[in-house]
Amino acid sequence: MIIDHPLLGPRDSAEFTYMGDASLMMRPDGMTKDGRAKDTAKETARAFYEYGYLRDNPAGRHQELWFHEQGDRSWLVVTRDTTTHEITAVELACDVARARGRSS
Amino acid sequence: MTASNRLKGGMINRRKPLSFSFDGKVMSGFDGDTLASALLANGVKLMGRSFKYHRPRGPLTAGSEEPNAIVELREGARREPNTRATVAELYDGLTARSQNRFPSLGFDMMAINDRLSNFLTAGFYYKTFMWPAAFWEKLYEPVIRHAAGLGRASVEPDPDCYDKGFLHCDLLIIGAGPAGLAAALTAGRSGVDVVLADEDFLAGGRLNAETHSLGDDGGSEWAARATAELAAMPNVRLMMRTTVIGAFDHGIYGLVERVADHLAAPVDGQPRQRLWRTYTKSALLCGGAIERSIAFENNDRPGIMLAGAMRAYANRWASAAGQKVAIFANNDDAHRTARDLHRKGVAIAAVIDTRDHAPASTDYEVLTGATVTNTKGRLGVKSIDVTTAKGVRSFDVDALGVSGGWNPNVHLSCHMRGRPQWDDRLAAFVPSGDLPKGMVVAGAANGQMTTSAAMAEAAAIAATITTDLGHKAVKADLPQASDESADVSAFWFVEGTQRGWLDQQNDVTVKDITLAHQENFRSVEHLKRYTTLGMATDQGKTSNVGGLAIMAELAGKSIPEVGTTIYRPPYTPTAIGVFAGRSRDQEFRPVRKTPSHNWAEEQGAVFVEAGMWLRAQWFPKEGETHWRESVDREVITTRGSVGVCDVTTLGKIDVQGKDAATFLNRIYCNGFAKLAVGKTRYGLMLREDGIVMDDGTAARMAEDHFIVTTTTANAVGVYRHMEFVRQVLWPDLDVQIISTTESWAQFAVAGPNSRKLLEKIVDPDHDISNAGFPFMACGNITVCGGLNARLFRISFSGELAYEIAVPTRYGDAMIRALMEAGEEFGVCPYGTEALGVMRIEKGHATANELNGTTTALNLGLGRMVSETKDFIGATLSRREGLMADDGLRLVGLKPCEPNNPVPAGAHLMTAGTRVDAKHDQGYVTSACYSPSHGHHIALGYLKSGDQRMGEIIRLVSPLTGVEHDVEVTSAHFIDPKGERLRA
Repeated sequence: MIIDHPLLGPRDSAEFTYMGDASLMMRPDGMTKDGRAKDTAKETARAFYEYGYLRDNPAGRHQELWFHEQGDRSWLVVTRDTTTHEITAVELACDVARARGRSS
Repeated sequence: MTASNRLKGGMINRRKPLSFSFDGKVMSGFDGDTLASALLANGVKLMGRSFKYHRPRGPLTAGSEEPNAIVELREGARREPNTRATVAELYDGLTARSQNRFPSLGFDMMAINDRLSNFLTAGFYYKTFMWPAAFWEKLYEPVIRHAAGLGRASVEPDPDCYDKGFLHCDLLIIGAGPAGLAAALTAGRSGVDVVLADEDFLAGGRLNAETHSLGDDGGSEWAARATAELAAMPNVRLMMRTTVIGAFDHGIYGLVERVADHLAAPVDGQPRQRLWRTYTKSALLCGGAIERSIAFENNDRPGIMLAGAMRAYANRWASAAGQKVAIFANNDDAHRTARDLHRKGVAIAAVIDTRDHAPASTDYEVLTGATVTNTKGRLGVKSIDVTTAKGVRSFDVDALGVSGGWNPNVHLSCHMRGRPQWDDRLAAFVPSGDLPKGMVVAGAANGQMTTSAAMAEAAAIAATITTDLGHKAVKADLPQASDESADVSAFWFVEGTQRGWLDQQNDVTVKDITLAHQENFRSVEHLKRYTTLGMATDQGKTSNVGGLAIMAELAGKSIPEVGTTIYRPPYTPTAIGVFAGRSRDQEFRPVRKTPSHNWAEEQGAVFVEAGMWLRAQWFPKEGETHWRESVDREVITTRGSVGVCDVTTLGKIDVQGKDAATFLNRIYCNGFAKLAVGKTRYGLMLREDGIVMDDGTAARMAEDHFIVTTTTANAVGVYRHMEFVRQVLWPDLDVQIISTTESWAQFAVAGPNSRKLLEKIVDPDHDISNAGFPFMACGNITVCGGLNARLFRISFSGELAYEIAVPTRYGDAMIRALMEAGEEFGVCPYGTEALGVMRIEKGHATANELNGTTTALNLGLGRMVSETKDFIGATLSRREGLMADDGLRLVGLKPCEPNNPVPAGAHLMTAGTRVDAKHDQGYVTSACYSPSHGHHIALGYLKSGDQRMGEIIRLVSPLTGVEHDVEVTSAHFIDPKGERLRA
């Protein structure tokens, strides 16, 4: 496969490491509003369980995380059709993360 | 021996005779011959024995689709089994042997299988050798493997090398037959960057096998001129002897170039083959068509071959398949074989056509509405029975050409899971619209079954591609091909046939398909696996469609309803070596050497692979005969005075930025926000599921600068994880990271004299006294009179110890300086074994303990896990199941009888309980002989281990036959209070 890196242009997929579903960027917050770890909160545990273990496994369009390990070390969000391997979008993961409201 | 069946003409170079041997018999051929054509010219038709029934076989085809003429080529380490004689180029001194026969090709004892064929039908393995189960491995399988199977591997290392390369082109044209050449001329003259690849050693495809004309030329002359023109074009790369083995995603193709298979051995400095990973903007498949047979009784005897192959042998290679020949066909094309052979003086006994209307001839008899119903001749066909409306006639022949029509070569068009579609007019599958991205198909591969139609289509498509690529298409002005008829009427098998072969390579007959159908194998994929139709080296190129047709008839379905099996790369058998390329033996993967490697080699160190690293394992001294002597001495010397170890291989990650401390606070389960500048802290990194990912240290060199270390094994994974956290989870943190593992040479200097040694190295303006540079201190220093270096007071061994880092290029000088400075203290270098012994004695965890199931609690480090911050793994580490009081805890173990070893991997059982999985209490993770204690010690995980100190438990290792008592102790076998490292 060829991944069209937004900064470097088309690169062979062998240069990349695959991680999985791009939903992994949406890590839940493990803190309460008063700044304490929500160590006993059931809903936090539930949120992390879903974050850590539950993924969609679509036959078709899939957003996934790829790491350009043999390249510039960018994490990318690649939109790929899992049935045809057609790649329709490649974005820097940091841009996607910011667009989804992640910051610091 | 005279070449009894050598004809006049052909495309062989008669001025260059070649000598070769087959089964030890020396014969001669010419440059331009294949092994098969040379054998045929020498009157040899019997070239192999079939896989299952050991039936005598000769070549069926003249190409890479060959199922029968499979031989062992070359000798010694270069011996290669299962090589197709039909594509093996003849060279002087070639040696080949037939395979799958004993003791000889003419008399094969295993031919008894043919008499037992009633017991060896489809699925007989599954039915016959079921019981008793224990017999399978010991008796059935070895016997079957000896009796069946194909050639013998050389069992020696491959003496040749293989290369891999990358190619980029605008247009890859697959196949240099009439269509491929027409397309290449069109695109090439228009300036397109073209790769033209063909598996043959001569371009032209069927043009070389036929006698019809192209314009004023013969077809082969035109092909030679076109090839010469293409070879001269700078924008065209003509790759002969190059098979396109697969079509992959995004326009990537695999090409195998056989650089030296036509030579006795590769030319010096050249590989045997090259694998080209080829990136294309577009591809044009001009793969031609493959002829298929007709199933009739005993249609597999040597001398019976496809009519098109027979014509190719006569026209291109001047080899007659026999002296008296008959043709059996359902189409016009096959009549040309009779015509061409007749013109070359071969006697034609008859042309038998299944159709009622067939082209008549004044030169030989043509029987219409007729079929061949049986053949005779044990080692080669001697006569055939022909059934017509008037009855049965027998003809004496020594060769029979058969044609059931031609199948467009759709293989590569289906590599991305596309399925071909049925064309009723051709009675064959043609490529569907579901092609690999960027691929177009033209010519016979696309169902254009005449030369003129194939060339016209290919040129037109090439012009379109040329325009699409932004070039102005130049018209190719192609010559007109002489007219030919491709009329065909579907005919798959002669009524009543039982042992009529469909797949000659796997010995699958009409009867086997019928049986599979009776036993309810209805899916083609099941049919394939039950009968083995279409398996092995030819992948059913000549047989699949025939098998499908019979299955369709039995099931009362149409052929497209039955469907095809999936086509997969590689297109033809491919040497494993070419996939490995140069990555073999020492070059299997890169070797990383530590900065002190050369010095360690000088000391006679024994090295061990740690990932890609080569690390010194121990340093034997003169007189030491056993590794334990060296390791024990290294431990005792270090603990008694001072030792030095290269620890460069540990991962080093430089973390900088305003938010560096915040970042580390989220990466590690313990706190880093308040770590003072000039201090180092041990850190435990969890995965998000709460399991330990890695451990190491982080040294705060400045407010906004940390140096993180990882274990050697996890250096890459931890860096990747940290980039993920930085870029994806919290993209606005002001933090930058970079791996500096190879930028710094780092040495552990350990032992009570380590400070005294370092004081001789570190420049005097840096205070490294216990007060000035206490335990866990870190800082930038200079050494040896001004060289910038870093010093960390950390200890893996449990002794007073430091790690000193200098830029890598000074690593070799540094180890020599340390050794020289330490001479007065009797310093010794120590390797990974002594390192391991000392860390076990101290109770420090490594990869053995951090095994992917370990929690901080298991390690006895539960209190390190912060409850006041969020970090990766925080929430899920608090799961009930991971927090259980009776969970595994890291403990020390020592044998009750001091001489007993405590093997790693052994399991722990409560004394007096049964030894079984149910009563399992834990396991040993690391073990060694402790020179400090004089007996074996171990670390391990034990249920509720922290509450069982002093308990005597049972250690069992059924694998090594060990079972004895051990005592549970603290994991810290030496200096449990940590006084030494603070000294």
